[in-house]
Amino acid sequence: MNELLQQLINGLALGSILALIALGYTMVYGILRFINFAHGDIFMLGAFAGFYLAPRIATVLPLPSVAGALAVLVISMAVCATLGVLIERLAYRPLRKRPKLTVLITAIGVSLFLEYTGQFVFGAAPKKFPEILPGFAVMHLGHLSFNSNQIVVISVTLLLLLALRFIVLKTRIGMAMRAVSFNPEAAALMGVNPDVIISFTFALGSALAAAAGILWAINYPSIDPLMGILPGLKAFVAAVLGGIGNLPGAALGGIIIGVTETLVSGYLSSTYRDAIAFAILILILLVKPSGLLGKKEVEKV
Amino acid sequence: MLELNNLKVTYGAIAALHGISLSVRSGSIVTLIGSNGAGKTTTLKAISGLLPVQAGEILYDGKNIAGLRPHEIVARGLSHVPEGRMIFANLTVRENLSMGAYLVRDPKIVRRDLEFVFATFPRLQERVQQISGTLSGGEQQMLAIGRALMAQPKFLMLDEPSLGLAPLLVKTIFEKIVEINRARGLTILLVEQNASRALEISHFGYVLETGQVTVQGDSASLRQNAQVQSAYLGG
Repeated sequence: MNELLQQLINGLALGSILALIALGYTMVYGILRFINFAHGDIFMLGAFAGFYLAPRIATVLPLPSVAGALAVLVISMAVCATLGVLIERLAYRPLRKRPKLTVLITAIGVSLFLEYTGQFVFGAAPKKFPEILPGFAVMHLGHLSFNSNQIVVISVTLLLLLALRFIVLKTRIGMAMRAVSFNPEAAALMGVNPDVIISFTFALGSALAAAAGILWAINYPSIDPLMGILPGLKAFVAAVLGGIGNLPGAALGGIIIGVTETLVSGYLSSTYRDAIAFAILILILLVKPSGLLGKKEVEKV
Repeated sequence: MLELNNLKVTYGAIAALHGISLSVRSGSIVTLIGSNGAGKTTTLKAISGLLPVQAGEILYDGKNIAGLRPHEIVARGLSHVPEGRMIFANLTVRENLSMGAYLVRDPKIVRRDLEFVFATFPRLQERVQQISGTLSGGEQQMLAIGRALMAQPKFLMLDEPSLGLAPLLVKTIFEKIVEINRARGLTILLVEQNASRALEISHFGYVLETGQVTVQGDSASLRQNAQVQSAYLGG
């Protein structure tokens, strides 16, 4: 029983990270109806942004420290938000009126570009992510033990989810996002500039992916330019599982994939760890292709 | 207030409007009648920037607005209530109305317009927190018109506002259109299948056939026109 709870906590931490990435996939899909396959690489760039920022921040703020870690997190998010906006403007916007397949293939191209440019610029060998948070404290609660990093991952994720929820539901631009996602033509007739909303969506999604990259690197401090591929794919599965285009669905999907993966590697065999997400993908596509919380999309004529 | 000069619009290789010219005087209600595929909706979509203009001019207050993007055109005071209403079914009634006021920055004006919309369509006030996808067809039409009114328009385009509504509601909607025109001095360009009703409430009319203006005149004379009577008024 204790072990199960322990595994659930581990799964929740992993799932939180996947959820943050999955939100970016689902938001971009919601607005543009295409899968941004370069999104996993933004996650990677987030970790690298943190890697290169940490020594510079250490000259201003103490590191490791909570304030220093927060600075690394926030600035990395800002860097990746800018990158996300740039990628959309340079690679996707010129193809806005083209068939979706064109954009999809371009996204795969952007993904490869980021991975191999990453290898060229950062080097292909894994790097050790610096310690930005103080002490690896293990807390005990009864027979359960949490390490402080898991608590950080789960609570930062929770805060970001609440912030996102606030933006989407309570702000003017969030309302415009929902309107564009429902009917871009009608939103334009209300005076919404679609370009602004699309840029904002990329910024938001990329910032969340960067946060995920930092949280990941705090937990698994070895980072390399191809580190985004597998988490990116799993987060994509999470978004499909929850119902692509649906924000709570993406968060839920991330948690489910994370917990399942941890349970499978804990109780069955860690060999199957990476396969489980894709088994879930096949299953959901067979049983409920619209996802757990997704609505059936009616093809409009 | 609005003048189309030889406006041409094409869908790929197919011409939808072969150079139409019309003008809408400030404060008037002008109606476009014509059968399906005549180019009525295309005309409205071209004016609001949803469709690219191939050639010709769209003069609004003397300035050519052809080629501007939809959000820039709304900002100039032209609101378009599209065919099929296109309300945001995933948003509440209030959020839909707030979307209408997307470009209006002054909360005082928004509040005042909201009161005007609620006074015009009390139904909307009763359902203000409701997800708008659950409204009836008539309520959705009221919401679509109310939403357009929230944008501080000077010029309102209505595309088939009576489509799919019960006769009693059709009557209400037409009464409201007249009311809005009078109360706000709003210029209205109306596209309708229901030609007889549209001509009753409008000042001037144009008949479109296969992308061309074939007949025009003040509404009273159009209603007497034998050609219009036999083709559109069931006479």
